[in-house]
Amino acid sequence: MAIIEVDDLRKTYGAKVAVDGISLAVDEGEIFGILGPNGAGKTTTVECVAGLRTPDAGTIKVAGRNPKDCRDLLGVQLQESELPERIRVREAIELFSSFYPDPVDWTERLGLAEHREAEFGKLSGGQKQRLNVALALVGNPRVAILDELTTGLDPQARRDTWSIVEDVRTAGVTILLVTHFMEEAERLCDRVAVVNAGRIVALDTPSGLVSRVDGEQRVRFRPSEPLALDLLRGLHEVTDVQDDGGQLTVTGGGNLLHAVTSLLARRQIVALELRVDQVSLDDAYVALTGGHRAQDR
Amino acid sequence: MRKIVEIETRLFLRDRQTSIFAVVFPTALLLVLGAIPALRTPDPVFGGLRFIDGYASTLIVITLAFIGLQRVPQVVATYREKGVLRRLSTTPVHPVRILVAQMIVNIGAAAASIALTIAVGRLVFGIDLPHNPLGLLLTVALGASALFGIGLVIAALAPTARAAGGWATIAFMLIMFFGGAYLPRFMLPEVINAIGEHLPPGVQALQDGWLGTAPQPAHLVIMALVTLVAGTVAARTFRWE
Repeated sequence: MAIIEVDDLRKTYGAKVAVDGISLAVDEGEIFGILGPNGAGKTTTVECVAGLRTPDAGTIKVAGRNPKDCRDLLGVQLQESELPERIRVREAIELFSSFYPDPVDWTERLGLAEHREAEFGKLSGGQKQRLNVALALVGNPRVAILDELTTGLDPQARRDTWSIVEDVRTAGVTILLVTHFMEEAERLCDRVAVVNAGRIVALDTPSGLVSRVDGEQRVRFRPSEPLALDLLRGLHEVTDVQDDGGQLTVTGGGNLLHAVTSLLARRQIVALELRVDQVSLDDAYVALTGGHRAQDR
Repeated sequence: MRKIVEIETRLFLRDRQTSIFAVVFPTALLLVLGAIPALRTPDPVFGGLRFIDGYASTLIVITLAFIGLQRVPQVVATYREKGVLRRLSTTPVHPVRILVAQMIVNIGAAAASIALTIAVGRLVFGIDLPHNPLGLLLTVALGASALFGIGLVIAALAPTARAAGGWATIAFMLIMFFGGAYLPRFMLPEVINAIGEHLPPGVQALQDGWLGTAPQPAHLVIMALVTLVAGTVAARTFRWE
C-alpha cells in the first residue's frame, strides 16, 4: 500500500524549472531514497511532499490526504534549519512534544541523553543532526522525511546515523530520504529514484540500478610467480591487462573473476593481494545522470 | 502555547545582556542621574520640577525602544534566517505562534522594567506614582504596540538578520533622540520636541500620564494609527523563510 503518492509534480521558480513531472509511490514501511546532483529538484520534491511548498501542477497524497493537512503524520528534518542558539536539548524536545498529542522521546535511543542540558549552539554537527532526527520523530509520525541527513557529518557519525535510520524503520516509520551519497542509498534504501534536471531518470532497487549499467569489472592481484600476460589476454572475458611493477590489473566483463582464477589455478599460481572492483551504485549513478557526479557541499 | 511562551521566556532571560539591559538599565540610569544632587533639585529650567521628574518618561521610551526596535526585529529576523520558523511550519503548530509568544514575553519584560522604574523612582527619589495610571497604561500599550509593529516591519522587509539589526539600530537611535534619551528634552529645540511628541512611544503622553493630568488624545491616536499601518505592512510582507 502506497503511503506517499506523487503524480506528475511540477514546480517552477521564476524561469527555473525545479521539478518537471515527477511521479512516484512510496510503500508503507519502505525506505525510499531520492538521489541526484545538486539542483536536480530533490529538495523541492520532498518539500512539496512535506507541505512546505505548493506545487504548480500535479497531485500529492500522503496517507490519502493533502500534505498540508497531515502535519500530524509527518516528521520532517530539513536541510539548513536550526534552532535558537541557546535553547537546550531538553527544552527543544519539550517544546516540540507540546505540538503533538502522543509524543515520543527519542533522546535516549539517539544517544542524546547526556546532552539534555546542552545548548543547541554548543552541540557538534552530529549531535545537532541527531537532535533534528529526534525532533522529526517526536510526533510519532507515520512518515519521516529526512533531507540530506548526513551531509557534513564525519564518517563515523554518518554510520551511526544510518543505524538510527534503520531503527526508525524497524519502529514502523516509512522514510523518504534525500541524499547524494551512494553508499548511504545502497546501505539504507529499498528503492531509489535517481533524479536529474527535475525528472526521474531511473527508479529501482539499488542492485537493480547497478545491473542496468553494463560496467566493466577489474581484478587486481600480484601473481606468486611470473605470468605471461598474453595468457590472460587470450581469455575472452578479458579486454585489457596492465602490469604495474608486478601488480596486474585485468579489466573485462562477464564472469571475469572466475576466468582469471581458473587460469591461475591451472598454472598453480596464487593470486596475492587479490582485489575485485565491481560496478557500484556510484558508477550507475554517473551513467544515469550523464556524468554529473554528486559533490559534497 | 503556554510551552512556547515558557521556552521563549527562558531564552529571553538566558540572553543576559539583552534581558538585563531591557529590564534593569532604565532604572539604573535613573539611579545614576538621581545621584547627582543638581539633578534632584527643583529648578525653574525644568519647569520648577527636578530633572529626574522631567526625565521619567524618557526612561520608559528607552525601555520600549530597546525592546521594540532592538530585541524584536533581531530575534524575529534571526529565527527566519536560521530556519526556525520554517522548521515550525512542518509541525501542526503554525509559526505565527512563536511571534505571538515573542510579543508576550517582550511585553512582559517591558512591563517589569517600567514597574521597576516607577517603584524605584517612588522609593528612592519620591517621584510621584502615576497620576493617571489608566492613561499611562494606555499610552504604554499603544507605544509598545506601535514600536513592536515597526520592529516587525523591519524584520519583515530586511533581507537578512544583519540588515534587520542595522535598520533597527537607526530607528532605535532616532526614537531615542526624539524621546530625549541623548539630550534631555528641555535642551532640545522646540521643533525637535514637537516631532518627538508625535512619534511613538509618545514621550509627552507618557509624561502626561505619569506626572501630568492625562495624555492628549491626538498623541494616542497617532500611535494607534502607526500600530495599524505597521501591523498591516508587517502582516502583508512577512516571509516565513
